[in-house]
Amino acid sequence: MTSDARLNEAGQRMTACISSLRRYAHALLRDRTAADDLVQDTLDRAWTRLTSWHDGADMRPWLFSIMHNLHVDQVRRPRLATVPVDEEAMTVAVRGMHHDNLELRDLDAALQRLPAEQREVLLLVALEEMSYAEAADVLGISPGNVASRLCRAREKLRAVLDEQKTISLKVVR
Amino acid sequence: MNERPISDQDLHAYVDGELSPARRIEVEAWLSVSPEAAAQVQTYQEQNLAIKALFNPLLNETVPERLLQAARTPNRTAAAGSSGGLPAAAAPWSPWSLQRIAASIVLAVASAGAGWFAHDRLQPAIITVAANTPAASPLAHQAAVAHVVYSPEVKRPVEVGADQEEQLVKWLSKRLNADIRPPRLGGLGYELIGGRLLPGSSGPVAQFMYHDASGQRLTLYVSTENRDNKDTAFRFAQEGPVNVFYWIDGKFGYALSAGIAKSELARIAGAVYAQLGQKH
Repeated sequence: MTSDARLNEAGQRMTACISSLRRYAHALLRDRTAADDLVQDTLDRAWTRLTSWHDGADMRPWLFSIMHNLHVDQVRRPRLATVPVDEEAMTVAVRGMHHDNLELRDLDAALQRLPAEQREVLLLVALEEMSYAEAADVLGISPGNVASRLCRAREKLRAVLDEQKTISLKVVR
Repeated sequence: MNERPISDQDLHAYVDGELSPARRIEVEAWLSVSPEAAAQVQTYQEQNLAIKALFNPLLNETVPERLLQAARTPNRTAAAGSSGGLPAAAAPWSPWSLQRIAASIVLAVASAGAGWFAHDRLQPAIITVAANTPAASPLAHQAAVAHVVYSPEVKRPVEVGADQEEQLVKWLSKRLNADIRPPRLGGLGYELIGGRLLPGSSGPVAQFMYHDASGQRLTLYVSTENRDNKDTAFRFAQEGPVNVFYWIDGKFGYALSAGIAKSELARIAGAVYAQLGQKH
């Protein structure tokens, strides 16, 4: 593949992953501007590390692992985030306050009560539908670790939601 | 038969499609005779669905241009305005990949989420600001957002209604630690509906809401967060469909917001200013 064609393909694949990266970043950070910043940092870093992407390989786990590492770095070195007042921030505020669906808000709150390492695994598997092997690659842990964190995450989530006793789940047979 | 016992991890792996076909059959056999295990599996499946309902609306949103630029090319500045970019619609991520979820399970949560998806209530409320008019002031901006959020409310536009004005005044004054009183705008055709407490940048702020005979709503946002101690003259900001007059008076910041003409809003702002001036 010529280098132009490779860059072109990489760009297309990255573009196709943006929505998924945003969804995960947003679920992780619960702050729209910070989440989009993280996605942008991820894409910027991905271009500088393109040599570590194997041509034709699924780009999503690779991008997610870059994002995971960036996120870990950010969490380790927390800074006071300054958010410019712009259109995006405004959109968040409006939607945030409109988030009045009780069940979803309870779930949101319950997810926040999970330890970060459990929440990450649960989001990668349940939301991003990654296999245990992919999630393990992203997080730099073993698939066995993914499985055990997932067990703990789901049990904890269940316990928290039971405690809240407000989520109403209905089974239609 | 040399079946291994079914563990919790098997149940998770079953939910996540991680089992070999042979093991899946063993787990399914177990689920058919163990109601506890079946309930556990169902809980996990429901969790998966609910998590999707919570976060999938993000997939329906327009991706910010800066991210599209960052994905298209390593050199964003060079690419800005270039025509060689990839089509913006190249994000075929499927919003709902349900194939791994038992089709028989439907969540009240998921259907509620679907309504939320549609953005029917939210869409009109989202303010957009033209790129060349950066939000003039945090005060005006916050007031405009609060206006947009609460003024369309039919059932609960305010927390405390005008019929309990005395309590409203007492409550807000206590929370903001200042004498907070809604001005009377009846002479201008606007009657008080009531007020509410809101989070500001660093503490509570108050919002009073008024309406005229046609139902047009007007909100006055009162903040006590100003620390510059620098009074300002009236300033005007336009945030999307909302016009805002705002000014600083000592520690108080006031912002009057409504979707009405600038001239009419100015007249009301003048009246508000005059009344407030009598008290402070």
